[in-house]
Amino acid sequence: MKQFGIFIQKELFHILRDRRTLFILLGMPMALVLLFGFAITNEIDNARIAILDQSKGEMSQEITQRLVASGYFLIDENLQEVAQIEQHFRQGKTKMAVIFPSELQENMRRNLPTQIQLIADATDPNTATTLINYASAIIGQYVQEQARGQAMPMLIRTEVKMLYNPRLKSVFMFVPGVMTVILMLVSAMMTSIAITREKELGTMEVLLASPLKPAMIIVGKVIPYILLALANTVVILLLGTFVFGMPVRGSLALLGLECLLFVIAALSLGILISTRTDSQQVAMLISLMVLMLPTILLSGFIFPIESMPKVLQVISNIIPAKWFIIILKNIMLKGTGAEFVWKESLILAGMTLFFIGVSVRNFKIRLE
Amino acid sequence: MPLRPSNHLTLNRITMATPAIQVENISKRYGKNVLALNQVSLEVGQGELFGLIGPDGAGKTTLIRILATLLLADKGYAAVNGWEVRRDYRQIRSHIGYMPGRFSLYQDLSVEENLHFFATIFGTTIKENYELIRDIYVQLEPFRTRKAGKLSGGMKQKLALCCALIHKPVVLLLDEPTTGVDPVSRKEFWEMLKRLKEKGIAILVSTPYMDEASLCNRVALIQKGAILSIDEPEKIVSGFDKPLLAVRTNDMYRLIHDLRDFESTHSAFPFGEFVHLSLNNPIWPEAIHAYLAGKQHTGIEIKPAQATIEDAFMELMTQGEMVD
Repeated sequence: MKQFGIFIQKELFHILRDRRTLFILLGMPMALVLLFGFAITNEIDNARIAILDQSKGEMSQEITQRLVASGYFLIDENLQEVAQIEQHFRQGKTKMAVIFPSELQENMRRNLPTQIQLIADATDPNTATTLINYASAIIGQYVQEQARGQAMPMLIRTEVKMLYNPRLKSVFMFVPGVMTVILMLVSAMMTSIAITREKELGTMEVLLASPLKPAMIIVGKVIPYILLALANTVVILLLGTFVFGMPVRGSLALLGLECLLFVIAALSLGILISTRTDSQQVAMLISLMVLMLPTILLSGFIFPIESMPKVLQVISNIIPAKWFIIILKNIMLKGTGAEFVWKESLILAGMTLFFIGVSVRNFKIRLE
Repeated sequence: MPLRPSNHLTLNRITMATPAIQVENISKRYGKNVLALNQVSLEVGQGELFGLIGPDGAGKTTLIRILATLLLADKGYAAVNGWEVRRDYRQIRSHIGYMPGRFSLYQDLSVEENLHFFATIFGTTIKENYELIRDIYVQLEPFRTRKAGKLSGGMKQKLALCCALIHKPVVLLLDEPTTGVDPVSRKEFWEMLKRLKEKGIAILVSTPYMDEASLCNRVALIQKGAILSIDEPEKIVSGFDKPLLAVRTNDMYRLIHDLRDFESTHSAFPFGEFVHLSLNNPIWPEAIHAYLAGKQHTGIEIKPAQATIEDAFMELMTQGEMVD
């Protein structure tokens, strides 16, 4: 036990004395959360639009006002003719153009089908889709209000309610995502680097030639990083809650346990990497390529899994981060309890056991 | 393959009789083509200071790592204090002191922290075995709080030796402890080894420096994975029976080549500021003088020389080359 204590103490010295790395480890989560929160956002705010009003009636005026009143749009210019639209887009000033046909008023009054054209700059497809959706919803609502009291037998009303994230804030998406990435980074990459560093510096040779059991060497190296990862979790949660208003609706204890489970899964991956390589460089590259990229791209953090090709959807099942993000969203946003995340937790636990098993098989009690 | 009993009941009985290190026909191959050790056998007695001498790549590190249970031999039997290296590796790891060739302490920990760390993982304390390391540690004491990475080369090796000694090992395995260390520290280091030997610790030390051989009880000369000779240093020197001359001129580089072309020359090697010339048959120094003068050498100086252990080693190694 004394041996174990001194080993952890030694490991803490390594971490605390390497000021630069420590600073990066503690500063990165904050930087990432703030970046995602303030800069990299796909929410729409004051998007500039152009209006080409050929009907010049009160309906087109009212619709335009509704659009502006929503806060999402800002009128950039009122156009006079169709030719101006393309020119305007090319100058990059507007994101969307709304074209009211000259027969708008007339058709509406006579209950005839009519069209309002929305043209969006799809160089940024996400923004274009969002803008079109917002504008369609606003126009649709207006039309329904106008039709009230009149007989409109063919009309189907859709009422949309966004559950759990009514304002569609992207913060709710990226806080679980950033948390996953950071925990993966600190746990898997840092441990694989820390273990291979001992190999590179030759100290592993001395440790192996000592009575220390291999399991003790590994566990001793890993424990400080568990603490570091959990500290990062707390920082991200605090930032998410107090700066961006991210709720934690479920039980905090359950959330903590699930984080611990994911950290252990990531650590076991880090250990697995370190058993397969002898250099810090290689360990870092493998961590980045094999762990970080899938964690960012295939976990549903940035790209929805449902819209991936079938092959990638299947592959995403073996990414621990995918299951962790599902768990996080369930607990934090939906406020569900263990009864709704046990399946995902079980999958994570199974993966962890598998990685640990393979690591133990791969760990060498000698130099070769 | 004979196996030795390793349980504690028989321990005391066998330690008196068993050698500290026993190596029988050990072979080790890396990959397909590199034969690092070829049928190596040697024995180190209890309390003996044994030198393993040979150039880089001779197989010294491989042999020491096999004894430290860090590598497995392909063939042969090896035991440390009666413990077989493959089966009883746990016993060996608790009872040997091992110092790898490369400085392998924690550079970001202080002198004291390193020592405390190694004492604790071996289940002991600095206080308990302070007596053993006192002579060495007093020199390190002024730098107690300095980071190990900031020590000089000699100090680093002294600290590494302290760390390898702190659990009172029965056998010390030192892999090139004096490589890259200044001459004064080298001398001090060997004096420490001598004192440790007097305390009954068996020591196997490898070195590429042939002059260190004379400080050992016995030495093994190893080259290309094979042992050329094992004996006491004095006996190895007296085994050198060829006439030996020390020669010097103003152009040393050309001198070696010219001497090697001389008909009676057996070998010519640089030795300090002279060339040591061994001869196949005794001839008058005047004949050599005349030969060198004929080759336009100036400042010629020739005198008889006393064979040293290095001459004996060079001779053994040349023979080794010729067998190849």
